[in-house]
Amino acid sequence: MTYETVARIAQQGGLIYFGLIFLVGVGFALWPSKAAEYKRAAQLPLEDEELR
Amino acid sequence: MTTPSDLIGQGPHTANAHLAPPGGSRGLLVFCLISAFAAVMGAGLTQDPIFRLHAGIVALAAMLGAFVLTGKLAGGTLLDEPDRYADGVIKAGVIATMFWAAVGLLVGVVIACQLSWPRIFYFPEAGWLNFGRLRPVHTSGVIFAFGGNALIATSFWVVQRTCRARLAGGIAPWFVFWGYQLFIVLAATGYLAGATQSREYAEPEWYVDIWLTLVWVTYLLVFLGTIWKRREPHIYVANWFYLAFIVTIALLHLINNAGVPVGPLNHKSYGVFSGVQDALVQWWYGHNAVGFFLTAGFLGMMYYFVPKRVERPVYSYRLSIVHFWSLIFIYIWAGPHHLHYTALPQWAQTLGMTFSIMLWMPSWGGMINGLMTLSGAWDKLRTDPVVRMMVVAIAFYGMSTFEGPVMSIRAVNALSHYTDWTIGHVHSGALGWVGFISFGAVYCMVPWLWKKPAIYSNKLIEWHFWLATVGILLYIAAMWVSGIMEGLMWREYTPQGFLAYSFIETVSAKHVENVIRMVGGLMYLSGALIMIFNLWRTVASTSAEPAVSAAPAPAIA
Repeated sequence: MTYETVARIAQQGGLIYFGLIFLVGVGFALWPSKAAEYKRAAQLPLEDEELR
Repeated sequence: MTTPSDLIGQGPHTANAHLAPPGGSRGLLVFCLISAFAAVMGAGLTQDPIFRLHAGIVALAAMLGAFVLTGKLAGGTLLDEPDRYADGVIKAGVIATMFWAAVGLLVGVVIACQLSWPRIFYFPEAGWLNFGRLRPVHTSGVIFAFGGNALIATSFWVVQRTCRARLAGGIAPWFVFWGYQLFIVLAATGYLAGATQSREYAEPEWYVDIWLTLVWVTYLLVFLGTIWKRREPHIYVANWFYLAFIVTIALLHLINNAGVPVGPLNHKSYGVFSGVQDALVQWWYGHNAVGFFLTAGFLGMMYYFVPKRVERPVYSYRLSIVHFWSLIFIYIWAGPHHLHYTALPQWAQTLGMTFSIMLWMPSWGGMINGLMTLSGAWDKLRTDPVVRMMVVAIAFYGMSTFEGPVMSIRAVNALSHYTDWTIGHVHSGALGWVGFISFGAVYCMVPWLWKKPAIYSNKLIEWHFWLATVGILLYIAAMWVSGIMEGLMWREYTPQGFLAYSFIETVSAKHVENVIRMVGGLMYLSGALIMIFNLWRTVASTSAEPAVSAAPAPAIA
């Protein structure tokens, strides 16, 4: 493998890879059915009492 | 009168006949005894004075551990209470946090004096007091001892509360706590004695590294075990940040410290990497120590203590998820920006630079999320100095995560690298972000842990806040001036093509800025000492009545 090949894979492949995982991350965060869970999760620090 | 055992809640008043000691207590006792024996053997057999010193410290610590454990097991005072949160180890963590803050900051002021007045604070007859020995005591002292204890203590608090589960692992959290203190003592005494791997933020030698690995893996297992037995189905975002911090530090530590000791009873080791590969591994480690120790872990702190204190939910939970994943995926690539204009291939330098610039976005996303959590509660900035401290921490997080990407740009780095600008940048992150968010979390936790209505004096928190804030500003402003000045002086040529200044001229030109830096550091230290006094009075107050200034009353600063 030449330097050019490695550089092309790293640069273009890297761009695609990071683009995709970013979309996965954003999708995970914005998925509509998750809304209720996240709304409740945002309140978690406010509702911690002692263990029983 | 408050006794040490009252402070960490292990006093006889908690004794309860039907409870057994925490799991693994006897195993730990056996481990202490075996370690003590091995350490005594090591101290006797070695011909290396530094190794003997450390073997002696380990023997002492192991015997002390065995002694205390035996006493507690025999006296029936060491008990597992499965229906309560494990807060004793967190109390101990808070005490250790503040103790090491005082030590680390004090050493910082001492070395700032050495840089300001080298004729007065240079001790040729006491090598262990020289700048080169004290500097890693300062850096490790504030990052790993102060910051590390703050992270361990708050992570234990947060993971229990947000998972609604007691810490997993029986006696293991206590092993993590004391094992980590032993790591700090071994590291610091090693630096003073001259034992160092010469790797930035990873100076401790091979056997200290192995010990830390053991402690850290136990920490990871305690944290994972607590998440595993959670009663709350959702894993709160702060736990993700803490977990990323613990896992990544383990990985970084193992790879960066790969080395071969000179002998089994010798303190010295040599790293397995050499040349530019070594430099790359070091800065892959070094920058991710910043990214995962000093950022991800403290973001975990932010995502719990800010909502808790202002009594508002996280501004955008969705943004916190994007913040988390983009931060951890991008940070890991940023290290090569420490190696601009070196033998590292230019494409790798550019890669590090590009990822550093990309980091600006998740960082500011997180900053906005932290600040906007105050929506509807902005009035607390005026009335509650603890909220103000945490908000200033987030502001410094935003500022230093903007300055960092700028400095990673090759052309800017050509001026800033090796100058005091870097030192100023690090301190705006460390004093402003890490220090303030930790102080804020500790101010929150102490009344909760010791069941007191409030901190002893709100007025003293105000004093702490303003002393420390002005101290940071003096520090970073002085370092901007001296950094850019020396950077410009280094690159100044005469018309004949010679360097215009000798190196020592650029050093003496910084005298005034060095003194201002020392004053700034002294103010920051004074603030921390005031805090220690304030916390002590809070804990020592006997009545459950509201203390002097109970609720965050309006205070005039």
